[in-house]
Amino acid sequence: MSITAKASNYLDERTSISGAVKEFGRKIFPDHWSFLLGEVALYSFVIILLSGTFLTFFFQASMTPVEYSGSYVPLKGVEMSAAMSSTLDISFDIRGGLLMRQVHHWAALLFVSAIGLHMLRVFFTGAFRKPREINWSIGFVLFVLAMAEGFTGYSLPDDLLSGNGLRIIDGMIVAFPVVGTWISFLLFGGEFPGGDIVGRLYSLHILLLPLIVIAFIGVHLMFVIIHKHTQYPGPGRTEQNVVGYPVLPVYAAKAGGFFFIVFGVVALFAATVTINPIWSYGPYDPSPVSAGTQPDWYIGFADGALRLMPPHLETYWFGYTWSWNILIPVIILVVFLAVVFAYPFFEAWVTGDKREHHLLDRPRNAPVRTAIGAAGVTFYAVLWAAASSDIIATHFKVTMEGVINTLQILLVLGPIFAFMITKRMCLALQKKDREIVLHGYETGRIVRLPGGEFIEVHEQIDEFERWQLVSFNDNAPIMLRPNPRGRITSRMRARANWSRFFFEDRIAPVSKSEHMEALEHAHH
Amino acid sequence: MRKKNVSSLKSGRRRPAVSAALLVLGLLVTGGAYAAFSASTASAEVDLQSQQVITEGQKLFAANCATCHGQQAQGTEAGPSLIGVGSAAVDFQVGTGRMPMQAQGPQAPEKPVQFTDEQVKALAAYVASLAPGPSIPTADQLVNGNVANGGELFRINCAMCHNVAGAGGALTEGKYAPELKSVEAVHVYEAMLTGPQNMPVFNDLNLTPEDKKDIIAYLEYNKNHPSVGGLELSSLGPVSEGLFIWIFGIGAIVGLTIWITAKSN
Ligand code: HEC
Ligand code: HEC
Repeated sequence: MSITAKASNYLDERTSISGAVKEFGRKIFPDHWSFLLGEVALYSFVIILLSGTFLTFFFQASMTPVEYSGSYVPLKGVEMSAAMSSTLDISFDIRGGLLMRQVHHWAALLFVSAIGLHMLRVFFTGAFRKPREINWSIGFVLFVLAMAEGFTGYSLPDDLLSGNGLRIIDGMIVAFPVVGTWISFLLFGGEFPGGDIVGRLYSLHILLLPLIVIAFIGVHLMFVIIHKHTQYPGPGRTEQNVVGYPVLPVYAAKAGGFFFIVFGVVALFAATVTINPIWSYGPYDPSPVSAGTQPDWYIGFADGALRLMPPHLETYWFGYTWSWNILIPVIILVVFLAVVFAYPFFEAWVTGDKREHHLLDRPRNAPVRTAIGAAGVTFYAVLWAAASSDIIATHFKVTMEGVINTLQILLVLGPIFAFMITKRMCLALQKKDREIVLHGYETGRIVRLPGGEFIEVHEQIDEFERWQLVSFNDNAPIMLRPNPRGRITSRMRARANWSRFFFEDRIAPVSKSEHMEALEHAHH
Repeated sequence: MRKKNVSSLKSGRRRPAVSAALLVLGLLVTGGAYAAFSASTASAEVDLQSQQVITEGQKLFAANCATCHGQQAQGTEAGPSLIGVGSAAVDFQVGTGRMPMQAQGPQAPEKPVQFTDEQVKALAAYVASLAPGPSIPTADQLVNGNVANGGELFRINCAMCHNVAGAGGALTEGKYAPELKSVEAVHVYEAMLTGPQNMPVFNDLNLTPEDKKDIIAYLEYNKNHPSVGGLELSSLGPVSEGLFIWIFGIGAIVGLTIWITAKSN
């Protein structure tokens, strides 16, 4: 027996792990680039863990004032917190420190972007439908946790930019009447900025949040294995099977290689592009605020919401100031996130569809869902753009007020237009699919008939392609029927209305008889 | 915070000294205190006192500036009076290409400089000859500052408009504070001294000549030391970083995922 065989035998006799490995190794994963986005998120997270561990060796999560004496000249002798000073040391005096900081930060940006893109893929293909609604919720929580990880992380160095960010958070907290000020004092250990916040954020950042993230990733992946992977519709793919490669050896080898590719991309960025140059921001001090102060991109939508709010909205009630210019954006953001969280359950309620779905929808075949997604993306994008309103103003030589007013209008009208345009586009694409199934595709070959008439020859598509175009879920609006007790409740009415909203305009897939008839026609 | 107090204390202490010095100069030098300063300007080749230079400046002024600023620089509806703005303001405005202004707008933008250095100095000499005002700093007013102190002063006094990394920033109604990476030291000094357009004046009581020197040292340091972290992405911070990750990061990753999955088929 070879040494590896002996070793594995040794292990197996004591753990009976081979059964699990065999079982897992036989899992099939379908191959499509968009299925790798979640993996990118996972790998970025691993990179974050590795580089973050390195940073903890040198970072001091303390706000004790020290006089900087490292090698960065423009800050020599300047008083700053130990957190800032140790971050400067990591950047300038510890071998490989700056590279690791940049790996950590770039990987963090990639982590959240990959999660976002992964969520969009899942949304637009309807992968969240039964039985995967819960996994959508878990993924959503991961998205929120990732944002929290990011925010707590970039606040740690106690530099001017992150201090300005914390100031905004503090402002949002104290905007809550009655409890706000108390919470703020509790969080910061006294009046902002206090001397505790960095240490507290550090505990969250390296202990609590990563633990929860790991736990949720574990559950998330377990569900992926239990549910098996979804697949795009195609020849031989049904709701009952999965067409692809087994985890062992093909998929695992590919995934392992892919990890290093992602790591390589992050390392390349980290080695060549500056990220978060805290040395040019300087240490935090509550008095200066820099022009162009922005959060990392994934917090941008929240900053944008604050910027788009018209000013001077305040009321005095019961002896408290109600700062609507802060409360309203907070409410809007919470509602937005709640809608993202709840969408799968909502759609399931509207369709009343209790079947399991393992075949993905092509986005065009669910026009209203796709349109809702487009509206959501637009809404988010406008908020995101608003976070850089000042930079838009200077770079496109327009006025700041103009940018803000335009974005305010876009925030309301943009999603509506996006919805209408996307829905129309989906329906048009479906119509085209129908057209192709019924009359074939245009070959570009023009033939002159004996009578002098010109026609273009249409070619029928093969049955595999046809299958793809005709087999999709066709939801019709539900009928409003009295329940067994002969009543129509308002809940039922609401559901019928939503169902009409979703499925009123629809293009039915070509049926067999329609297809036969069309073929008949073509032969004459 | 603490540092700020120190510097204002410092300038508070300086104040009597500076005014006394000015007073003495004013008494000693006939022809105005201004003359004493401008005798040793940064570009020593042009003597701003010389009548010949002033006359030359007057001619240039009449031809290029008088339509807006008036024949005697007394001001018109199209441009403010230049009496008392001093040679520093002219050197800044013309030396950075802002003047002669081409079109009304929220802010006179920088353009390619239209005059030779001698002509700029001649214009400055002419305007300075009309009334005393802040003069062009001497070369030794621009060097040997303390970089660290300059950084702190910059963050406290300038970053709210010019961005902490000097990348520039937006103001209201289409006005903006320009980026400072490409500005010459002498123009930085003059900008602080004269407060062009929407920028406040930082006179010697706000920021002592020593403080100004420090700020210049800090800006010069940044100019000569590109970021140790690699490409700076215009020093715009998280916005350009976010765009970078979405365009190049996600772009590269998606490209690679497509490549990987295409390989197998
Ligand atoms: C088209 C009209 C126009 C022309 C031509 C013009 N200027 Fe101006 N200038 C202005 C205006 C308007 C301002 C005020 C700008 C502001 O503060 O927003 C100004 C401001 C200035 C200032 C700053 C004044 C201060 O208070 O600091 C100086 C110095 C100046 N101009 C010099 C010149 C010189 C020298 C020329 C000729 C080379 C010139 N200008 C040509 C319109 C003009
Ligand atoms: C209230 C905002 C504000 C503050 C504070 C401010 N500036 Fe400015 N600064 C401006 C504006 C606006 C301009 C553009 C003026 C113009 O175009 O004539 C400007 C122009 C300049 C320029 C000329 C740039 C160029 O491209 O020619 C320099 C140099 C400068 N500022 C330096 C400073 C320094 C140093 C400080 C701090 C001591 C400072 N500024 C503080 C608003 C500000």
